[in-house]
Amino acid sequence: MSAISIRNLDVVFGDSVETSLTLLDQGKTRQEIIDLTGSVVGVHNANIEVAEGEICVLMGLSGSGKSSLLRAVNGLNPVSRGELLVQDGDQMVDIGSCDEATLRHMRTQRISMVFQSFALMPWLTVLDNVAFGLEMQGIGKQERRAKAMEKLEMVGLHEWSDKYAHELSGGMQQRVGLARAFAMDSDILLMDEPFSALDPLIRSQLQDELIELQQRLNKTILFVSHDLDEALKIGTNIAIMESAEIIQHGKPEDIVLNPVNTYVENFVAHTNPLNVLKGRSLMTETAQLARDDGMLIVNPNDNTRISLDASGQVISASRQDKPLALHHWQEGENIDALAEGSLVTASPDISMRAAIEIRYNTGLPVLLTENESLVGVLSDKDLYHALLGKHFTSDAEVTSS
Amino acid sequence: MNWITEHKIPLGSWMEAFVDWLTFNAAGFFDAISISLEWLILSVVDIFQWFPPYVPMIMAAAVAWALHRSIPLVIFVVVALLLILNLGYWQEMLETFVLVLTATTISVVVGIPIGILAAHKPRLYTYLRPILDMMQTIPTFVYLIPTLVLFGLGVVPGLISTIIFAIAAPIRLTYLGISKVPDELIEAGKAFGATPSKLLFKVELPAAMPSIMAGITQCIMLSLSMVVISALVGADGLGKPVIRALNTVNISQGFEAGLAIVLVAIILDRIFKNPGSKEEG
Repeated sequence: MSAISIRNLDVVFGDSVETSLTLLDQGKTRQEIIDLTGSVVGVHNANIEVAEGEICVLMGLSGSGKSSLLRAVNGLNPVSRGELLVQDGDQMVDIGSCDEATLRHMRTQRISMVFQSFALMPWLTVLDNVAFGLEMQGIGKQERRAKAMEKLEMVGLHEWSDKYAHELSGGMQQRVGLARAFAMDSDILLMDEPFSALDPLIRSQLQDELIELQQRLNKTILFVSHDLDEALKIGTNIAIMESAEIIQHGKPEDIVLNPVNTYVENFVAHTNPLNVLKGRSLMTETAQLARDDGMLIVNPNDNTRISLDASGQVISASRQDKPLALHHWQEGENIDALAEGSLVTASPDISMRAAIEIRYNTGLPVLLTENESLVGVLSDKDLYHALLGKHFTSDAEVTSS
Repeated sequence: MNWITEHKIPLGSWMEAFVDWLTFNAAGFFDAISISLEWLILSVVDIFQWFPPYVPMIMAAAVAWALHRSIPLVIFVVVALLLILNLGYWQEMLETFVLVLTATTISVVVGIPIGILAAHKPRLYTYLRPILDMMQTIPTFVYLIPTLVLFGLGVVPGLISTIIFAIAAPIRLTYLGISKVPDELIEAGKAFGATPSKLLFKVELPAAMPSIMAGITQCIMLSLSMVVISALVGADGLGKPVIRALNTVNISQGFEAGLAIVLVAIILDRIFKNPGSKEEG
């Protein structure tokens, strides 16, 4: 069962919601609807399923509707049409049509939120800010302070509990925001560009902390970002929005390899592919390698060759007719320990970063094997190709699987 | 043009007819208000007067210390009150203080809820604003006349006029404070499941508190500025010696009574000024 299930969702702001929906169905654009009715279409026909324990990142430029969609999930924005179901125990609650009491129950017990501008109460201490949500749950002062202290320790700020928010740096303030959301013990976390207001170093640090916390706490996170690098780093899935619509939804690697249009391509062109792309999508497949004398030529420049047995397993390798040692690299193994001149085989799921590091240490291409048999080779050309962002242009079919 | 001047619109007569109608039909109501308010104010003054002067002095010093922890302020309060006692205006000072206290309390109790309501219902504020503007701009003497007719001579018409003049401050500043609460704080409150009343008491009011406190301080000062005018319709207090001095061209009495008013103003301002914003007002 999905934790959040959004079907045909429309969010319209303004007085003439009905008229705007009719106009939307007639195929009018957002701008035309603003001109005709004064109402703004925030989200149009969104369909998305967020599984339990998943981090789903909503991506897009400002004004693309990503925040509007996020805010609909806890009812801060109205659901104009469609279904917005959020899991509550064994049942799914429709946020758009539930009554006030149910919505409050969902907000206090099921969904908590982290804000871009932190939204800490300036008159409360750090500790009482973290306890704010618990106060809304109706928990007594002693108990909520004890619980808040626990969460403050989790984000490493317990020594700051008596301070006020303005005495903390931006990164610390957002940690307080995180602790406040975690204190609710709700399974679903909405994060509205939580790290956008922070400087790059702190941002990256908090992203790492979030990933680390997520591994321990296993929440379902809906995360809004305008930064594709951030989305690629933390997202299990990414939904890209443009002009109120979701135009692409998929795994990070799918987005980078197969952008649906130039809008997504523009995002992708400015990202760092090292952590996203996998060997499989970059490699030159076995069938495309040149053959000579029954051997496969892996690198024609220095005459690196390998020979396979009937099942496709690599049995020997040589460079300029001198034999090379073969080594199978496992995920997590220390790359710096690999010797110069040993030919490495690895799983096709190897990250591009690891492949480049292996290439750097051994001076040789990386062989990708699956079930003991060779599926492809990562040569310098494949790696440069990806670094230059050419893997999703017209010749992408050659390298992608 | 003669036609225009010959056919004068009887606005004044209409207003007079309205006040006459009120006096005739609702005299009991206004009398009841008048009697109970007068009784309230006089009893409070009596209570203060029953104590020897050093008791209110110690109380004032204690409040100053509790709110500001400032020894110079405490010394100033005590010295100023001793000077007023020495000049012979102790009783008038108490009467003025109670009048200001009552006017401010009523203004705040009525004004803050109106301000909150206006902030939540922007339509209401569009109607309210011209009324507030009018209450603050109409010369005080003008509404002194109907209040005098309705409530009779004494402290009550002074009190009512003072409230009409001063209540706009807490309404405006409460409205301002509540409507200026940052959206993200409201959203955070809602996102964590605050009920409307929790949202008001745990988010909106604390966030608006500096503005509301400024409104209360302003209300105190505006009430104090009405002391002399209230004395014209018979309210007791420091205004009376000022009026008397004016009528008899008595420079020394005028100066002393005026000085006493200024001292009360400074004491109230320093004590009730928001401790959090020392640079203000």
